[in-house]
Amino acid sequence: MVALAVPYVLRSDFWLGFLITVLLFAALGMAWNILGGYTGQFSFGHAAFFGTGAYTTAVLHIGLGLNPWLGLATAAAAGGLVALLVGYLSFRYGLRGSYFALITLAFAEVLRILANSAEFTGGGVGLYVPLDLGIANLQFADKAGYYYVALAFAVLSLVVGWMLERSRLGAQMMAIRENEDAAQALGVDTFACKLKAIVISGALTGIGGAFYTHYYLYIDPGIAYGPGVSVEILLVPIIGGLGTVFGPLAGSAVLHGAGELARRLMGDAPGLSLIFYGVLLVVMVRFMPEGLMGVVWRIRRRSETQADA
Amino acid sequence: MLEVRGLNKSFGGLLAVADVSLRVTEGDIVALVGPNGAGKTTLFALVSGFLRPDGGTVTFAGQDVTGLAPHLVCARGLVRTFQVVQPFGRLSVRENIAVGAHLRFAERGEAMARAATVAQRVGMSHLLDRPAHALTVAARKRLELARALATEPRLLLLDEVMAGLNPTEMTEMIRIVRGIHDGGVTVFLIEHVMQAVASLAERVHVLNYGRLIAEGAPAEIARMPEVIEAYLGHGAAERMTAHAAGGSR
Repeated sequence: MVALAVPYVLRSDFWLGFLITVLLFAALGMAWNILGGYTGQFSFGHAAFFGTGAYTTAVLHIGLGLNPWLGLATAAAAGGLVALLVGYLSFRYGLRGSYFALITLAFAEVLRILANSAEFTGGGVGLYVPLDLGIANLQFADKAGYYYVALAFAVLSLVVGWMLERSRLGAQMMAIRENEDAAQALGVDTFACKLKAIVISGALTGIGGAFYTHYYLYIDPGIAYGPGVSVEILLVPIIGGLGTVFGPLAGSAVLHGAGELARRLMGDAPGLSLIFYGVLLVVMVRFMPEGLMGVVWRIRRRSETQADA
Repeated sequence: MLEVRGLNKSFGGLLAVADVSLRVTEGDIVALVGPNGAGKTTLFALVSGFLRPDGGTVTFAGQDVTGLAPHLVCARGLVRTFQVVQPFGRLSVRENIAVGAHLRFAERGEAMARAATVAQRVGMSHLLDRPAHALTVAARKRLELARALATEPRLLLLDEVMAGLNPTEMTEMIRIVRGIHDGGVTVFLIEHVMQAVASLAERVHVLNYGRLIAEGAPAEIARMPEVIEAYLGHGAAERMTAHAAGGSR
């Protein structure tokens, strides 16, 4: 309810823009979390799905006039399809851990190079979505409209995560994360289960990419498929708490809040955000490996034991 | 129930399992013993689908399951436990067991309820909400057993469930295994602890250097010269007989 009322109270474009980014990356972080946090398969190349979603809707909208709302759906399908391909190839050959991370990174890079050289993606110049305001066109005169779309996307992702935690698939995914051999011994089809995880993750990430396209009305290979997107997506759940429903939301708020603060204090020097992300990642992994949700959980447990005493 | 015929497996030049044939009849408790490195765990891995044999066949409940993936073997009712326990560390005992129960129950609530029932059978009811990594060795062994049991197997392969247990815990574990067997599950177990083998198993197979060297009731096995030699070295049986003869004089 509070989230729905925000645009009426908060009339600043800057803060709405900030919240849109937070919500978008909360959703993307949850998408990554499904594969990385719950299933334990760390991807360094979620840009492959993000970029595919972004380009799918851009190309179809500009070239064939496909409605952007349908663009979100086709982007989900395209992201899921690329995820299926990446997942099939890497899981079939038993790639785990850093090998899986590297192969996903490689896929994203290959796609970036392809997008850079192909004709229909506009090459290195990228694609501009023509301005044509209207709800039917997923273009809004003020940021409130985008805010609601981002909010819906974030809620969708969180609900998917919440449902997974209460399902057989989710239980099997967590079993794979903890111990793949033991999961297999207990009748878990680990290959099929990992494929489902990566497809769900890829489809959601594809939607995020499509939203990005229609929000900024511009896409190029560096934005869509660059390693920056992959890193930003994976940082969110790592900061917030891997394998938790609310971790990505908390992580996204902190990551972008701190990022904004850093920009204000130090100016928008190129590469600054990457340095900032790197430092943040090191600090988190060293001091809070369970993320923000882990800290919340520890404080709650401490107050409970105090209440008992 | 289980029939293994002419099973072979080698790793590089090492023949880990050589032409092994054996049979486990429905309703039995059968033990597999042998010195370290005899190929016992490898044999279990071959039967449960974790390793693909170089030759030979595995038949379970009348169907050929040779080379079938572990989860499919498990779905047919043949489940293994691991010698080195493999708990899902960050999940609770209940969630651990529920993973096994999910094989038969799709719904989360049902699987969790089922997990509680199984936990009771192995005496873990009081530990249901404990994370698996916080359990003692004895409790981990039971958890390993409980998870396997939750898949509702017809044949249970137990790989050294007694290892690392003190005498009290072992007595308790023997009671649990017997209880599972009484519930209609056929048990095939690898065991080093002879006391456990003697009190549980009706038949014993002895493996040495990948080959079956003896088969019989526990008491018979302990007297066979080839078995004594496998454990204590060449000529040991002779020396023991000589020593016994000398002692009686």
